[in-house]
Amino acid sequence: MPTRVLVLLGTRKGAFILQSDAARADWALRGPFCDTWPINHVIADPDNATIYAAGGNEWFGPAVWKSTDLGETWSHSSDGMHYAEGEPGILAAWSLCRAHGRLYAGAQPAGLFESRDDGASWSHVAGLRQHPSCKDWQPGAGGLILHAIVPHPDDPAQMWIAISAAGVFHTADGGTTWQPRNSGVRCDFLPEGQHYPEFGQCVHGLAMAAGQPNRLYQQNHCGMYRSDDGGRNWQSIEAGLPSTFGFPAVAHPRDPETLFLLPLNGDVRGRYVPDAKAAVWRTRNAGAGWQDLRRGLPQQDAYFGVLRQAMAADCMDSVGLYAGTNTGTLFASPDEGETWATIAQHLPPIHSVETLVLPA
Amino acid sequence: MRVLLPASLTRLFPGSTAELEIEAATVAELIAALETRWPGMRDRLCDATPALRRHINIFVEGRRAGLHTPLPPGEEVVILTAISGG
Repeated sequence: MPTRVLVLLGTRKGAFILQSDAARADWALRGPFCDTWPINHVIADPDNATIYAAGGNEWFGPAVWKSTDLGETWSHSSDGMHYAEGEPGILAAWSLCRAHGRLYAGAQPAGLFESRDDGASWSHVAGLRQHPSCKDWQPGAGGLILHAIVPHPDDPAQMWIAISAAGVFHTADGGTTWQPRNSGVRCDFLPEGQHYPEFGQCVHGLAMAAGQPNRLYQQNHCGMYRSDDGGRNWQSIEAGLPSTFGFPAVAHPRDPETLFLLPLNGDVRGRYVPDAKAAVWRTRNAGAGWQDLRRGLPQQDAYFGVLRQAMAADCMDSVGLYAGTNTGTLFASPDEGETWATIAQHLPPIHSVETLVLPA
Repeated sequence: MRVLLPASLTRLFPGSTAELEIEAATVAELIAALETRWPGMRDRLCDATPALRRHINIFVEGRRAGLHTPLPPGEEVVILTAISGG
């Protein structure tokens, strides 16, 4: 069946949309959208092709933008997107997730909001910030941000979220109560003897394995990890990778054993691709071994990084991968990372990448 | 009174105008009137404190105003975005 493949970008200066056909060889770029606001995450609901964009503007505050015509027109709202009196103001919306008939947004400073009217209004999922650890949450370099929302595919009461730098938290009761899920995840930035706290980990990327809700993958500031029990325990899968540092973690849409990472050279070494040579690293066995995929990616003088939400997969038969750099270049692979091409460049710094596949 | 809105704000609200006439006794009332005309505009100008957002300036009689600043009848009110961004 003829197909349209869309890549949705959140950038420092607005949202952009690229579109191609099933071959994913030729791409057309549209944008910037959202009045060039800094946009941190753009997602789409594949059931109705509605696009949502989360961001925040220094002048006008946070908002979630919405388009029901693939970007031609947009509305925006932050109605209800605030904490209780006396708590800090919301600087920006940072992450989005559509699940079980609701739209969720993560915020800076870290907190979770939900909308039951498709983004027209928002309510605070207050249980997360009521966790006793909240007063001790510390910001990472990007701020105290809730940057990943991973719903359980079958159970609306369950959800995992990731906060830099508070760690992973899980709810089993629809957000009323939350539990840290960080056991086994290192904090190399803490003193000797304190490397494995209950919370405070600097999680960068969180992904669920296809068809296995209890299998989670995590790219952390301090290593790469897999959990096979819903995040209760994590084990390192960093052996064979060129560093312990990176941002995104992208699960294969159908194979729970396959994960894609894009390691950077290290947190205090510039945070660019190792040796200034770009590569995506793929495991086909849940992290037991890794293969570097670099054909078509720059192999000299590459001093860029790829941020936490800036790599994504599509759901095509031969899975497409997309990695957007903090220097405004978008790389794409139509064959699960085997070969790569530059499909956009000279864009603003890319904060996020997501995909949408539609009938032509 | 005459109220001037910045283009970066009116772009966000289709149908809004850069210049309009509103009767209000305070800046807070003025913003409430804007919210009535264009729902959502209050959130763009004010945080939940409530207070004017840090990089929003409202000038009354040529001076920066707050939400409780009275608006003399006939006075012009100018809403501007402060220097920010990057």
